Amino acid sequence: MGRRVPIVSQGDLLIAAVQEELSDSDIQEMQNHILLEVARLSATKVILDVSLLDVIDSFGTRMLSDIAASVSLRGAKIAIVGIRPEIAMAMVLLGLKLENIPTALNLDHGIAILRDGS
Amino acid sequence: MNAPAADPAVMLQRVSCDSDVVAARQLARRLADELEFSRPDQALIATAVSELARNIVNYAKEGEIEICTARAGAKTGIKVTARDRGPGLANVELALQDGYSTGNSLGLGLPGTRRIVDEFDICSDPGQGLVVTVIKWR
Repeated sequence: MGRRVPIVSQGDLLIAAVQEELSDSDIQEMQNHILLEVARLSATKVILDVSLLDVIDSFGTRMLSDIAASVSLRGAKIAIVGIRPEIAMAMVLLGLKLENIPTALNLDHGIAILRDGS
Repeated sequence: MNAPAADPAVMLQRVSCDSDVVAARQLARRLADELEFSRPDQALIATAVSELARNIVNYAKEGEIEICTARAGAKTGIKVTARDRGPGLANVELALQDGYSTGNSLGLGLPGTRRIVDEFDICSDPGQGLVVTVIKWR
């Protein structure tokens, strides 16, 4: 999992960047991995970069929502960044929503969102 | 006489675990790319295949996804058939409604898939299996 979703930290910010297409169990593993790292590093801000994800279907959407919800329960803030335009279009047509989860165009914007809100 | 060569345009992916779901949608995306579908359409096709393949794993445990080129007159498209021998659907109409799910899902898989393709056919034989055929024209 570390190779597929490396997590780097800087201060209280944690950045998880998906590196390749993930299967359902990979995504579940990623959720655990992120939560453990949030706890271990006492992170208060998390950025999940999904710009390399090729498909975000109904399962993927639910998992992203679950990851965001569980990170919030840990008291950290999360932003999902880099959803590709064609993926965004497919998600809308499928009726998939990431409700109440901040999203941003890229890493810089995501970091700005999390910093501004503090 | 040689046996007739298999049509190279028909691709088959056995589906019984979640890495097969990924393989099936990659196969579909590759063909969609070869057929010069736009990037947004490639994403729609890959997403539809992902939903269909996941339904197989979740409800029937195993089955197959068949992907081929579809042609009708001057039109070119991609045809995906998801086939399993699982429990089938007791009520097809209900399963095609947004938010309906017997499993632990959002209930958007089948109705969502129907929205993003051009042709959608579902043939359910309760207790015998399910065949879903979709076509997306370029």
